[in-house]
Amino acid sequence: MKNMQDTYRALGLSDQEYKSILGILNREPTPTELAMFSVEWSEHCGYPRSRNLIKILPRKGKYSILVGEDSGGIIVDDLAIVFKMESHNHPSQVEPKQGAATGVGGIIRDIFTAGARPIASLNSLRFGPLSEAYNKYLLKGVVDGIQFYGNCVGVPTVGGEIYFDESYNGNCLVNAMCIGVCKKNKLARARAQGAGNAIMYVGSSTGKDGIGGCSVLASTVFKEGEEKRPTVQIGDPFTEKCLIEATLEALETGHILGIKDMGAAGLTCSISEMASAGNTGMDVELDLVPRREADMEPWEVMMSESQERMLVCVKKGKEKEIGDIFEKWDLNGVVVGHVTDDGIVRIKDKGSVVAEIKAHALTSGPAYDMPYKKPETIEKLNLQDLSRIKEPKNLNKSLLMLLASPSIASKNWVYEQYDHMVQTNTVVLPGSDAAVIRIKETKKAIAATTDCNSRYCYLNPHRGAQIAVAEAARNLVSSGAEPAAVTDCLNFGNPEKPDRFWHFKNCIEGIKSACEFFNIPVVSGNVSFYNESPKSAINPTPTIGMIGIVEDPKHICTQNFKNKSDVVILLGEHSDELGASEYLKEIHGIIAGDAPKLDMGLEKIVQGAALEAIKNGLVNSAHDCSEGGLAVALAESCISDKEKMTGADIEISSDIRKDALLFGEAQSRIILSCGKKAVEKIRKIAQKHNAPFAVIGKTNKGYLKIAVNKKEIINLPVEDLAEKWFLSLRSKIDSDN
Amino acid sequence: MKFGVVVFPGSNCDQDCFYVIKDVLKKPVEYIWHKETDLKDFDCMILPGGFSYGDYLRTGAVARFSPIMKSIIDFADKGKTVIGICNGFQILLEAGLLPGAMLRNKGLHFICKHVYIKVQNTGTRFTSLYKKNKILKIPIAHNEGNYYIDKAGLSGLNKNNQIVFRYCSCDGIVSNEFNPNGALDNIAGIVNEKGNVLGMMPHPERSAEKQLLSDDGFFIFKAIERWLKTK
Repeated sequence: MKNMQDTYRALGLSDQEYKSILGILNREPTPTELAMFSVEWSEHCGYPRSRNLIKILPRKGKYSILVGEDSGGIIVDDLAIVFKMESHNHPSQVEPKQGAATGVGGIIRDIFTAGARPIASLNSLRFGPLSEAYNKYLLKGVVDGIQFYGNCVGVPTVGGEIYFDESYNGNCLVNAMCIGVCKKNKLARARAQGAGNAIMYVGSSTGKDGIGGCSVLASTVFKEGEEKRPTVQIGDPFTEKCLIEATLEALETGHILGIKDMGAAGLTCSISEMASAGNTGMDVELDLVPRREADMEPWEVMMSESQERMLVCVKKGKEKEIGDIFEKWDLNGVVVGHVTDDGIVRIKDKGSVVAEIKAHALTSGPAYDMPYKKPETIEKLNLQDLSRIKEPKNLNKSLLMLLASPSIASKNWVYEQYDHMVQTNTVVLPGSDAAVIRIKETKKAIAATTDCNSRYCYLNPHRGAQIAVAEAARNLVSSGAEPAAVTDCLNFGNPEKPDRFWHFKNCIEGIKSACEFFNIPVVSGNVSFYNESPKSAINPTPTIGMIGIVEDPKHICTQNFKNKSDVVILLGEHSDELGASEYLKEIHGIIAGDAPKLDMGLEKIVQGAALEAIKNGLVNSAHDCSEGGLAVALAESCISDKEKMTGADIEISSDIRKDALLFGEAQSRIILSCGKKAVEKIRKIAQKHNAPFAVIGKTNKGYLKIAVNKKEIINLPVEDLAEKWFLSLRSKIDSDN
Repeated sequence: MKFGVVVFPGSNCDQDCFYVIKDVLKKPVEYIWHKETDLKDFDCMILPGGFSYGDYLRTGAVARFSPIMKSIIDFADKGKTVIGICNGFQILLEAGLLPGAMLRNKGLHFICKHVYIKVQNTGTRFTSLYKKNKILKIPIAHNEGNYYIDKAGLSGLNKNNQIVFRYCSCDGIVSNEFNPNGALDNIAGIVNEKGNVLGMMPHPERSAEKQLLSDDGFFIFKAIERWLKTK
């Protein structure tokens, strides 16, 4: 018994959970069964500690939504747009290249197993400061992994975000998102249907790689990285590319009744979840599973996370036709079992049964309400008096420092390594507020972004999460899109610690309230707990991936100023706040205060006014104010088109302290530029929406000048802004510390 | 007039090339699986970009043994039109249809961005619609675009006017500074001696519509169409 206790505990099961397993089976589990329970009930597959909370997220919006087994999406006209974001944090911390690569591969499979062709990838990455060599190694490795996999597989990596913060020391975040499109009647489900139908295994062969990836890597607190390297999977993007084409071709035949990726927990997960979703059972013979290694134990075959494999439910009699398609692409396509009607997953190895479990028992594991408690430190940080912070004398210098801050600086070093144009749909390239991808054969386009300021979420999880939603929507609106739906990737620390769980609970409630207010459904998502280093938890990071719909290509808008004497307009209001800002952190070394205020009503009318002005063709550029505030946003509008840089003369009257005015991160602000004739029309639109409107200046040839109450406080040539913004990240990465 | 787009396992610009011919140029086009060998219905063959066989070995080194390559060589020998883009160019080099070889980019990174190239030879069937020294804005996306050829080879290319495109600045300066990948002599594209086989690293199919920032690449396809019509 002692031995058994050691075994199940090592697999991450509690004493109570083991008891439940004994109750379900009425006997002791076989080693294979124990392994299957451990992965299916793990945080990664079964969501025991988050399930009760994430079910409160709203599912309604403007478009009808679809929630599949492995992804979700919306229906727009006769198209299904399927998308999802998923974390691959711990594998990337251990082996950054393969960790990130297989993260990209996994999320792409979730999309094409829904029947949709993957059309774009994004990723949200977070690392500790680049002053530490290991973080640099992680950044380089992760970017290398994303380019290695994404470029080869032929899905453009069109956008995302990268942040640097001490809290990610020892636990980086790699969140990968993929978007796919298909005709709505071509959607596939991850279900095993109809007793007697065939279960086929397609794709790569099974090896010993990635065993325990989800239970060991993803469901415990991280300690020593090195020894876990064997639990990281190895990606093969060439095989995945072939698998995409073969799968879409096979789905075209109409003979496939269900299909599921073998991701986390490999065969175990796909077998039990397909049977459970179809209310069926399944008999599977492990001897028929293609292997690339001899001497694999049955539980190893069931647990392996070898990549680029899928399980398919095929109409009886059509096995050969489907098998031939996969063979054409030099992939395995073999029958390994069949669907039954007894609701039991039965696994056989060398003629004997090694596991026999009700599918529903595997997929309806325990769910816990975790205790939570607000940490005292947060209260103290919120109340810290920021008014005593001294204003810098040289605000030019502060602006340049902020533009050079790795979280704000251009990420061109990164995205130029990603093929972001393959498939010829990327009509707004990386480097603007959101990426825009056209849908060929329609007039429509999809805008996509990822957003989360984790410092806000640390200091005020409820509002921080609301801001993540609001800002994602603002980015889409600034690109000319109507925000449509969300996927969330929820990265948090150890949920068994009440202070960590307090952050989690409040973030979820924040997302819920914001999504309800803006009428944006959450259609898919992923929870990643136990993101901790030995020192601390990461900042709570509920990454919001949002897509929006651009109705007409004429509506597409980008952030850079276009002409040399356009009028610059601010929609929204300044406010006297510095809390949680990048400015406080970068210039003063302070992480304190509260997250910026958010008036969701104001946010809505500002976005409404901006979108109407853009749709009416009045606007030449639109850019939201976020990290670094108004001054950084203006600078970015001046320089982000390297070939046509433009300056701006800005004049503001205000009593707010200058640094707060320039760099404070007041929400709900969008900077527009337009021709002279459009100004009054935009003013009228703003009035109609009740949105605060101010003409704040005009564009010029080559200087960003900002005067407050007639006194010039910023005056910099655009070349200086550009040098800091474009080259800082690159030079930090290239330097030897 | 019919175009063919070869599909190797791992090609990933095949659908983009197909789309440009079908929906932008509006001419008949078909995919051809790499195991096919019959090209008699076709007038122009496109070898698209991507990662044939994963490019796990030297780029293009495996694809050139695909059954279709023998037919492509015969097709080219008959003077018919062949264009290899990116990985397609690399395959043409490996197959010996074009001289030289590709090394890794000088920065050892994959590079995806818009660059400028200068049309050096307007006498080919691919470039007849450009004015001499026309500057094209066009994207590159590759790991191995650092073109190399030995001294004798280079002088041969120059002598026969085989260098079709060179990397340059937006106003046409050809220099090291505007060479994204280290290619010898800023070479971005070459033709064979007969002038019927073009290999180029930049992607004309990604710059064939105004909506994609530039339609400069479209006129390569348009020129082929015109040539096929008048031949």
